[in-house]
Order: sequence, then C-alpha cells, then structure tokens
Amino acid sequence: MSATHADHQGHAARSPGGGMPSKRIIVGYGFWIFLLSDIIMFSAFFASYAVLSDATAGGPTGQQLFDLTNVGIETMCLLLSSFTCGLASIGAQRKNSAIFQTAMAATFVLGAVFVSLEIREFAGLAAQGAGPTRSAFLTAFFTLVGCHGLHVTGGLMWLLTMMAQVLAKGYRPDILRRVMCFSLFWHALDIIWVALFSVVYLIGAGQ
Amino acid sequence: MSDETPEFGTSDVAPGDEGSEAGIATYLVGLGLALLLTGVSFFIAKTHLVWGPSIPVALIVLAIAQMGVHLVFFLHITTGPDNANNVMALAFGVLIVLLLLTGSLWIMFHLNHNMMPMDQLMRMQR
Repeated sequence: MSATHADHQGHAARSPGGGMPSKRIIVGYGFWIFLLSDIIMFSAFFASYAVLSDATAGGPTGQQLFDLTNVGIETMCLLLSSFTCGLASIGAQRKNSAIFQTAMAATFVLGAVFVSLEIREFAGLAAQGAGPTRSAFLTAFFTLVGCHGLHVTGGLMWLLTMMAQVLAKGYRPDILRRVMCFSLFWHALDIIWVALFSVVYLIGAGQ
Repeated sequence: MSDETPEFGTSDVAPGDEGSEAGIATYLVGLGLALLLTGVSFFIAKTHLVWGPSIPVALIVLAIAQMGVHLVFFLHITTGPDNANNVMALAFGVLIVLLLLTGSLWIMFHLNHNMMPMDQLMRMQR
C-alpha cells in the first residue's frame, strides 16, 4: 500500500509504523464483515425456524424426529475440526508444511464425516415421510440446517483448494491471506453450529 | 506483515490473528472450554435433575457462552486496543441479529395470539 502514502495524513498520524495498515489486516477485516453479514442471514433463518417450530401441521415433531446421539457426533466432529483448523493456521504462520497439511487433512476428514452424517440424517427423515414438504416446521428445519450444511460443503472445497495452493505456490503473502480467510470462515461455521444444535436439536428434542 | 507492531498499541490486528505469538495453548484452552460447555448442554437437555421449563433458558445461556469462547479463543476477537475495529463490527452484527430475532418472535407471537384458530378461519372462508 505504498502508493497512497502522501494523501492520507490522518493515517500517518494514527499509526507511526507508517501509512495504511497492512493488506492482511484490511483483507481480514473485510472478510470479518462478510462473516457477520452471513451470520445475519443465518439469524433470519433462525427467526423463521423459531416462529414456525410449532407449525407441524399434524406431522412429526422435533421430539419424535431428532436423534441426539447423531447430533452429538456431528458436534464433536465440527468442534475438533475447528481445533485442527487452528493448528493449520499455526502451521501456515510458521510455514511448516508438515503441521499445515496434516492439520488441514484432519480438518477435511472431520468436516466430511459431519457432512455425510447430516446427509444420512436428511435421507432418513425424507424416507420416513418427514421431508421438507411435510410441514412448515420441517421446511424451516431443512432450510436452516441445510444452509449450514451447504456452507460446510463449500468450506470443504475451499479447504482442498488451500491445500493445493500452498503445495503448488508455497507460503506467499496472498496465499497466507486466503488461508487466514478460510480459517475465519471455518470457525464462524462452528459458531453457527453451536447456535444450531442448541436451539434446533437440544431445545427441539426436549419439548 | 502484521508482526510489525509499532511502539504503542494503536495498530490493528486482523480477526483470527493472535497478536505476536501464535500459540497452540490458546486453541487447547478454547477446545477444552468448548467441550465442557457442549457436554453440559447435552447433559442438561436429557436430564431430569433440573426444573423442566428452565432447560431452554439454560441451553440458550450455554450456547451464548460457547459462542463467546469460540470468538475469543478461535477467532481471537479480544478487548485489546488493537482489536477495536473488529469488536465494533461484531457489536453491530450482534445488534442486527438481536433486532431480527426479537422483532420476528415478538411480532409473530402477537400475530398468532390475535388470530383466529386456523380451522375456524377455514370454515369462514367457505
């Protein structure tokens, strides 16, 4: 950002280190704002689920449908994958490929187990006649949980891309910025899952 | 990169970056706390030891606590001066989320409350 040093005296006064903040900070901040807007989108799905959670139209309720053991395993997978994703970002900062690639591979396996468990759960629900068309409750449920699942699936593809890019291009600053954005994304998905398993599954199964 | 911190702490830190020293300890503490809170959540949802109507409230409180743990230990959103911009953006996001959730629930609760039951409504339309 050396091209914009003359016309930003306010910035120069603010940070004596010199001019604009580094590109890593700007990229991270921009991605953080994207994540917050994504969370706001999820909160709209949460609101519609909360409003419609009693509208079962005579169909099965959450208490009859939800399998908490399955949800517990899914939660463990995402939680541990968040941890291994943190290990991967440590590996990227230290430019240590053994740590980075192993931790990313572990993150991928845990995320893939999560997605496959969720697909199996959805297929089981649809097979017992509790698909998204059965009631407003199930429509809201499949929209909310499925949207998170789609995010995880997209995150898995992004993860593989990052592994390949680090392998092919090394720890260039732009690649490291992408790795940082990926780990932010993955941690944010875990935060959404915390709200999801508490509000949808645990409260839903208790009612 | 972000390591070039000036003498006093007015520089910024990208979300996810942990200042100067990036340690595995932070992630381990975060993982331990998150596992603990998750375990308590799943235990409380199934138990009969606590008063029934308090369970949803307890679950929501535990979920908010765990989200806080994730924010601090995994995303490294802290209260330090180098993190002010990230926290301000987060605060605005939380404000919008709260408005959206409470607004929707509040309006729809009163709408449901004041509306005729659906079967009566259907009969009137015939």
